[in-house]
Amino acid sequence: MFDDTIAAIATAMAPSGIGIVRISGPSAVETADRVFRMKSGKKLSKCHTHTIHYGFVMDGDRKVDEVMALLMKAPHSYTKEDCVELDCHGGPKVVQKVLEVVTQNGARLAEPGEFTKRAFLNGRIDLSSAEAVADLINSKTDFARESSLSQVQGSVKEKIDDLRSVILEQTAFIEAALDDPEHYSLEGYPEKLSLILVDLFQKLDALISSYRNGSLLKEGVNTVIVGKPNAGKSSLMNMLTGKEKAIVTDIAGTTRDIIEDQVQLGGILLNILDTAGIRRSGDKIEQIGVGLAMKKMEEADLVLYVVDASIPLDENDEEIISSLRDKPVLVLLNKSDLPPVVTEESLKQKLPYPVLPISAKQGEGMSLLEKKIEEMFFNGDISFNDEVYITNERQKKALQEARSSLELVKEGIENQMPEDFLSIDLMNAYQSLGEITGETVEEDLVNEIFSKFCMGK
Amino acid sequence: MAGIEEHYDVVVVGAGHAGCEAALACARLGLETMVFTVSINSIAFMPCNPHVGGSSKGHLVCELDALGGEMGINIDHTFIQSKMLNRSKGPAVHSLRAQADKAEYSRRMRMTMENTPHLSIKQAEVTDLIVEDGKVKGVHTISGAAFYAKAVVLCTGTYLNARCLFGEVIIPTGPNGMQAATHLTQSLVDNGIEMVRFKTGTPARVDKRSIDFSKMKEQPGDERVVPFSFTTDPESVQIKQDSCWLTYTNEKTHEIIRANLDRSPLFSGTIKGTGPRYCPSIEDKVVKFPEKDRHQLFVEPEGRSTNEMYLSGMSSSLPEDVQYALYHTIPGLEHAKIVRNAYAIEYDCINPRQIKHTLEFKNIEGLFSGGQFNGSSGYEEAAVQGFVAGVNAAMKILGKEPLVLDRSEAYIGVLIDDLVTKENTEPYRMMTSRAEYRLLLRQDNADLRLTKYGYRVGLISEERMEHVRKKEEAINKEIERLDHVSLGASPKTTEILESLGSQPLGTAATLSELIRRPELDYEKVARLDPDRKPLPEEVVEQVNINIKYEGYIKRQIRQVEQFKKMESKKLPEDLDYETIQGLRLEARKKLNLYRPVSVGQASRISGVSPADISVLLIFLEQRRQMQKRENEEK
Repeated sequence: MFDDTIAAIATAMAPSGIGIVRISGPSAVETADRVFRMKSGKKLSKCHTHTIHYGFVMDGDRKVDEVMALLMKAPHSYTKEDCVELDCHGGPKVVQKVLEVVTQNGARLAEPGEFTKRAFLNGRIDLSSAEAVADLINSKTDFARESSLSQVQGSVKEKIDDLRSVILEQTAFIEAALDDPEHYSLEGYPEKLSLILVDLFQKLDALISSYRNGSLLKEGVNTVIVGKPNAGKSSLMNMLTGKEKAIVTDIAGTTRDIIEDQVQLGGILLNILDTAGIRRSGDKIEQIGVGLAMKKMEEADLVLYVVDASIPLDENDEEIISSLRDKPVLVLLNKSDLPPVVTEESLKQKLPYPVLPISAKQGEGMSLLEKKIEEMFFNGDISFNDEVYITNERQKKALQEARSSLELVKEGIENQMPEDFLSIDLMNAYQSLGEITGETVEEDLVNEIFSKFCMGK
Repeated sequence: MAGIEEHYDVVVVGAGHAGCEAALACARLGLETMVFTVSINSIAFMPCNPHVGGSSKGHLVCELDALGGEMGINIDHTFIQSKMLNRSKGPAVHSLRAQADKAEYSRRMRMTMENTPHLSIKQAEVTDLIVEDGKVKGVHTISGAAFYAKAVVLCTGTYLNARCLFGEVIIPTGPNGMQAATHLTQSLVDNGIEMVRFKTGTPARVDKRSIDFSKMKEQPGDERVVPFSFTTDPESVQIKQDSCWLTYTNEKTHEIIRANLDRSPLFSGTIKGTGPRYCPSIEDKVVKFPEKDRHQLFVEPEGRSTNEMYLSGMSSSLPEDVQYALYHTIPGLEHAKIVRNAYAIEYDCINPRQIKHTLEFKNIEGLFSGGQFNGSSGYEEAAVQGFVAGVNAAMKILGKEPLVLDRSEAYIGVLIDDLVTKENTEPYRMMTSRAEYRLLLRQDNADLRLTKYGYRVGLISEERMEHVRKKEEAINKEIERLDHVSLGASPKTTEILESLGSQPLGTAATLSELIRRPELDYEKVARLDPDRKPLPEEVVEQVNINIKYEGYIKRQIRQVEQFKKMESKKLPEDLDYETIQGLRLEARKKLNLYRPVSVGQASRISGVSPADISVLLIFLEQRRQMQKRENEEK
């Protein structure tokens, strides 16, 4: 039913244990054979179905990881297609690299939920599970949208939008000239386009390499610590990381920017961001910090809201509470060593989130916190999963596709292809870039032609 | 209602470019056909520009010809100048455009209609539809006469509640002072049809004797004319041609326009209809592109039996005195005498999401429509729709499979799919950038693509079909041969290649590979190909294009395969999208409104996201499995 082959990391992302890269589709075995070497030199395609093999995943001549390969030929697999699973041992970064090698050798990255979708559409899952599948795909797409939003904001989106607008404008010029050749001439245009391409390649390459670096940082649950000034956020950060990273003083408003660190807590990797205390302040610099904190909170997978138990809730707390909304939140009642003004019960009545008493200064409540986060993670309350950085990988792929299309444009110019051929590949590049920012083509080109060029009789 | 009662198979309302093709197609298929027009003198009338074809519109005319339409033949007989546009560019965007002798064009089409068996013509305004139980039964005319029919095709162009405007003047007529049709809109609304109001415009006509052509640049036709119709003998179109003339507006022209903008009904708000962006009035151009210090205009003959010249690029609705003043600032038009003023025209048409790809109304069986009535613009766009509407009215009556072309088969397919699928906020004009598979949709292969459909519906003769089959066979055979003739790096080959300015061979290469080199083509490698047999020019052209652009063409074919997959996933007509879980609210609304026939079409509706498409696919599979299970239980 499907004629392309897909691959993805099939296990939830955790820093230890085995990570599985799953490949499914008509050329799954062929793809695996290109990257997987057995000591005996035997090919998977020559092996019996439902067998396990030991060997290495290779990136050219370089060993990437030591793996076990599971071969399941159609129709006896989860998707009813030829399937190969590569069980990797080297931790998340290596699993990610294995996936990358696989996708460079004949498979494309799976969409969120695509294995399940195939299993369903190929008749592997019956009607009773179908509703669940629909829900799953919906939630996954929603998730993908959310995650792409959090990543494709600000400068990346801006850069991609810039590239797109250059490409669109050039395409529109060619199309305007095709549509109204007695008005717009393409003489000498390919030379001009060549120069523009040089610039586009440079910018695309910069983006592609930045993604390679950026994707590694994104692994893990993005956790943001918020609270009003001096509630003990920095102490909590220090308690979690065991480092004196944040400056801890008694002066409210000390942390003005975002402090970031990775912490392993009960087998779960947290990217912890400590933020400026949220309060209405006249200090401009502090206000910038507060804005940043609010934004990070929007993008977070988990919010740790620190409440000072020794003083009453105030307007600053109200402001934080109003922006928590339906995020996964853990309320930490800090300074449990001091005489309480705010109690656990009163907070539970006020807020729909779990509340834990801690004392960051004394280092009390750490194991409770660890257990609670683990529980939330495995209950699925924290809507984090491995696809966060797969989305990244997809974006990188889209950038590479855009680049290949532009290479075809360059080739076309070198081969003296007529301009109408150039605009076809320009439009393909435009479309690939649009996939990153979640925009479709629709009437863009026609609109651009009319807005930039004076057409018509 | 007392009065005349007559019975036909098909009634066509309107005898413009859409109505003529609709009526001819039905009558030629043997159906008794009646076509109504408000004026017998306006059959195939060209109220605006005097040409047929142009970028992507030439494609439409060639496609229509391959299907068995009349427009191509009619213009081949009545043109006075012809040009192949974009000749220096790729074959996919070569586009024919011919200047028509307007009166001749109209006269010849009228004669063709009058001499077609089973076709009757009547001058009368149609005032209302006869509809019973959601089925159309015929029409009434202004006299109360009833004309019953099994199908009705509406091709009312720009005539419905039309009014023409320039400056403060408003005249309640159709184009060129023709009588407007003022009753039918109400009947359509009463039958649940949603109407919209569009606007377009036309420039002034001036007396040839008052023009100083020495100040303009002559624009002659091509030396070798290519006909539109695949049936026209190329020798018969090598006629003496007339010229067009090029001149420009200037700052003075623009000053006058700017100073009088408040007197243009476009800017004062008198005109409420939506105008086309590709056909802006001169005042629009000056306002929208203030950085341009001049705009070009072509002065084109309207025909050989008149001195009127058409000022292409100068459509306007400014007051008469302003029009005079601004034309007189243009080199060559200083003393121009204006025969007809420029004007804007407003008219009623439909929102085309109410019709299917067959151009039949979704809510009224047997009612079809085509042309500007469907929210398009242009003679060619109108003609192809009229043809498709007429053919499908006939197919319905004859109980045969309808004619629906998809986006990968024809510009006609793109045009109709766009109309029925996308938000249409201005008169729709065909553009080459709208065709995503345009490398495959060339003018030169329209016969290879579409003759089979014309043959299937019964408008193409066995003989013509056989000719196309043979041509296709010859093309494939020759490509196959060239792919397999291999040349070595012999001194003789090297010598010939060098004489052609091409690199000598390093290793062996096939003739096809050589043809693909930018500096070579099929003709140029003749000396390296001693076994070549003489082939007709039309075969050689196809062989050359297919080999030279093979890489690009193959990529588009692969894209088409993907496209076809989604088109083949049909959506049930009676589906209630409100009940499908997981569809976003906007998608539910849009899908219920447009009622797409396939998942592919659904994906082109604005407001339907890729996530919604996933949901639809899942839903379809669920439904399929459920039906399978039910069948098994039975």
